[in-house]
Amino acid sequence: MSKILENLRYSDSHEWVKLEGDIATVGITDYAQHALGSIVYVDMPEVGDEVSQGEDFGAVESVKAASDLISPVSGEVVEINEALEDEPELVNQDAFENWIMKVKISDPAEVESLLDAAAYAKVCEE
Amino acid sequence: MEENLIKTCLHDRHVKLGALMSPFGGFDMPIQYKGITEEHNAVRHEVGVFDVSHMGEVRVKGPDAYKFVSHIFVNDVTGAPDGQIFYGMMCYENGGTVDDLLVYKVNDEEYFLVINASNIDKDVAWIKQNAEGFNVEITDQSPYYGEVAIQGPKAEETVDNVLGIPVKDIAFYNFKTFPIDGEEVIVSRTGYTGEDGFEVYGSHEFTQKVWDKLMEAGVQPCGLGCRDTLRFEVGLPLYGDELSADITPIEASLSMFVKLDKSEFIGKEALAKQKAEGVKRRIIGIELEGNAIPRHGYPVEVDGKQIGEITTGYRSISTGKSVAMAMVDKPYDKLGTNVEVRIRKKTFPGVVVKKRFYDKSYKK
Repeated sequence: MSKILENLRYSDSHEWVKLEGDIATVGITDYAQHALGSIVYVDMPEVGDEVSQGEDFGAVESVKAASDLISPVSGEVVEINEALEDEPELVNQDAFENWIMKVKISDPAEVESLLDAAAYAKVCEE
Repeated sequence: MEENLIKTCLHDRHVKLGALMSPFGGFDMPIQYKGITEEHNAVRHEVGVFDVSHMGEVRVKGPDAYKFVSHIFVNDVTGAPDGQIFYGMMCYENGGTVDDLLVYKVNDEEYFLVINASNIDKDVAWIKQNAEGFNVEITDQSPYYGEVAIQGPKAEETVDNVLGIPVKDIAFYNFKTFPIDGEEVIVSRTGYTGEDGFEVYGSHEFTQKVWDKLMEAGVQPCGLGCRDTLRFEVGLPLYGDELSADITPIEASLSMFVKLDKSEFIGKEALAKQKAEGVKRRIIGIELEGNAIPRHGYPVEVDGKQIGEITTGYRSISTGKSVAMAMVDKPYDKLGTNVEVRIRKKTFPGVVVKKRFYDKSYKK
């Protein structure tokens, strides 16, 4: 069974969001890393890029295939997790610890529109 | 799961092993058991076994068998000793590829053709359709045969010790038949991984026994996932990626298997013309800078203009480099040409290289 953390928000495309002030930390869920298998590459945006809710901001790739990353929030990328450039497999080891990007959000209401842990657990069961 | 998928005789074993199953060529096939990387490395460094029962088998028998095989096959089987195997293609009149296949010479009046799963119906129809006027009997034996491929540097000792089949004397691209449990089992020194290895053809019951013995002996089961990464690294084509009805063997950079000095074969005229005039596009290798991974269908560009597309791409498990095979227009096929591959929103610089990203280690 994959891990779901109580205090985070989730998208139905399996990204998680942790909001601190106006900075949203974004990663993929444990369920997603498990479904992908061994991750060999994380295609991350660049600091300064604008991302929009519901639009792709990069990709995670297993040996076999690429899966788009869909941004759960809108705003400006202020930091990316550079450790993933050399060690993408960190996402497999702990998907919640190893975030992908931090976004200075432009619309806090967007975060409210995301799923809570219980609702996300239902998405995973389907 | 899609309806009407065919299950191989080892299907229940894959499910029990917890394999990730996926449709391939009309069959429900194992993609991976433990993981593509682990399985890939088992074959490169030790030994692994694949269920390749989805492959098709066609037997051509009769007084005109040699003449007929020569007619439909671009490679030249003339003068070959019994027991030799040839790789090559069947082509349409326009040079496009019907399929790539192995031809096993049993004798001058009998050949055994091994074809791709996804093309069985099309190939059998094509073979029969072109047999008019030849005194041959054509039998699709695909439903009868199961097949496993045992691949890797330890393949020979595994087949010898675990299966008790003496294969040491079988040379590369040769086969022998062995009478086992009242049936004729075919064992060839062939494969699709770039490593030494064997392919074993027999009844479903025999194939199940072989599989079970190999599992008991602890041989790593390998799925189609690593079959693709292994064949790709050594530059072997996959029908549908590097070969198709729209891609000739010359364009696929497989001219060495097309014997234009043969008196006749289907597609000869078109292929000879293409060879003489030079192709307009060709399959080449690309090595990318950095870690982004090129995938099938991604555009290849020069100065912002598309000049081709990726046919297969991976982060090579054996070398760690991002590499691809691609179909590109001339003159961008020259070794050392700088190109860019468009991956999602960005382009990444790469250079044209030989489409062999890892050296084969065949035992010849």
